[in-house]
Amino acid sequence: MTTSPPLLPLQLSDVVFEAGGKRLIKDLNCRFEAGPPSVIIGPNGAGKSLFLKLCHGMLAPMQGQVTWNDPDAVSARLNQAMVFQRPVMLRRSVSANIHYPLKLRKVGKAERVRRTEEALALAGLGRLRDHPARVLSFGEQQKLAVARAWALKPQVLFLDEPTASLDPAATHAVEELIRAIHAQGAKIIMTTHDLSQAKRIADEILFLFRGRLLERAPAAQFFEQPQNDLAQAFVKGELLWWKLGKANRKRRD
Amino acid sequence: MDDFGDAIRAALNLLVSLDADLMEIVGLSLYVSLVAIFFACLIGLPLGAAIALFKFPGRKLFAVILNALMGLPPVVVGLIVYLLLSRSGPFGVFGLLYTPTAMIIAQVILVTPIIAALTRQVIEDLWLEYRDQLLSLGANTTTALPTLLWDGRFSLITAVLAGFGRASAEVGAVMIVGGNIDHVTRVMTTAIALEVSKGDLALALGLGIILLSLSVSVNGAVYAIKDAAQRRHA
Ligand SMILES: Nc1ncnc2c1ncn2[C@@H]1O[C@H](COP(=O)(O)OP(=O)(O)O)[C@@H](O)[C@H]1O
Ligand SMILES: [Mg+2]
Repeated sequence: MTTSPPLLPLQLSDVVFEAGGKRLIKDLNCRFEAGPPSVIIGPNGAGKSLFLKLCHGMLAPMQGQVTWNDPDAVSARLNQAMVFQRPVMLRRSVSANIHYPLKLRKVGKAERVRRTEEALALAGLGRLRDHPARVLSFGEQQKLAVARAWALKPQVLFLDEPTASLDPAATHAVEELIRAIHAQGAKIIMTTHDLSQAKRIADEILFLFRGRLLERAPAAQFFEQPQNDLAQAFVKGELLWWKLGKANRKRRD
Repeated sequence: MDDFGDAIRAALNLLVSLDADLMEIVGLSLYVSLVAIFFACLIGLPLGAAIALFKFPGRKLFAVILNALMGLPPVVVGLIVYLLLSRSGPFGVFGLLYTPTAMIIAQVILVTPIIAALTRQVIEDLWLEYRDQLLSLGANTTTALPTLLWDGRFSLITAVLAGFGRASAEVGAVMIVGGNIDHVTRVMTTAIALEVSKGDLALALGLGIILLSLSVSVNGAVYAIKDAAQRRHA
């Protein structure tokens, strides 16, 4: 790897994203520095996945900018990784799935093999290394997706609800992998709708609602006393239809 | 009329006796079609994938033309190749007319559009599923191309089989550029055509049955392999 400037900070300025004639991300401004994990929470359909995809460059904003500190688009892309809500496994073996992106990065053969072995061991997938990746259980595939990201040693890792519909054991394993990636020095930016998971992992919380960033606060403070009333309702599990109705009426200005 | 019974008896006789002439015809047929398929894949698979992946002006038009070329009339292809390869044609100096090479060239032209068009469809669908993941992993459209061809291998086998079917069943083009010369360019389809014109319907039907069973067994074998591999990869 040639030495490129650090990837972070990441700056989103007045980002707007529209699809199907609807404004789905609205004037979003935020900045991510290197450091402990940031967790994005919000109800289904809030725009969490869109937000991550905009950051990761999978979607281009209609207005506004997404800028990395590293001005080179190629090295910026190669220094980040993302675990999608539904990761796609290549129709190859488990180990080949970890191998593949390393090869794209022109990592040397010996190093590729070493990192693949380490990732397999870390994820507890060693005995499945030669199995076709697509026949793994959902939880195993999720672990593989995170292990694949780990092997890339990214500076920034995006994870989109990485433990949605996993059992507690698999959830625990995936969270351990996320910690391992953080321990490598990666900035974790993830979404979840699991509040207890947010409490376990987050250093800070971003509360997203209907395409708007309504609150951003240190995790302890956020869970103690969210400033935004919708965030408060969400944390209490009281984000009910009448609240939404009220919010809508308030918003119609 | 007992043509059918005669035909089956004739076919079995030829097969059981491993008739040398028959084996030569079958061997040449397979040789021509397999080599043609090989080159058609070499061109058609990356071409189809490139049309699916790369945005270039006229891409839609190109795809439509490719689809239309799937139905190229073999005799027209035969005629064009004939004109190109004949003594007075631009490639006349190579003296390829009435050789198996000429037949291979004609079949490559016939089969490449089929393989390319079907590949384009397969790769386009696969790209929808893989795009974000591959780009995120660090691929670009160029590096994604071989990845998608490999990951689409089970669906692409069907495209290759369709091409093989067309190549081995086709008679018009190989007749024109090959000339159906005994021991040189005679393949099963042209031999059948000849026997029919001579009135030897039994032998023609016999050859037809052999052609049919060859095609069925090739397809069957490939499908069995594909199925087993696909089941392994879910
Ligand atoms: N390509 C698209 N076209 C139209 N609507 C979309 C598209 N992608 C997402 N949406 C809508 O945008 C909203 C936010 O989606 P998403 O970011 O997936 O929410 P979540 O917070 O659950 O991850 C949803 O209402 C979704 O239906
Ligand atoms: Mg989502």
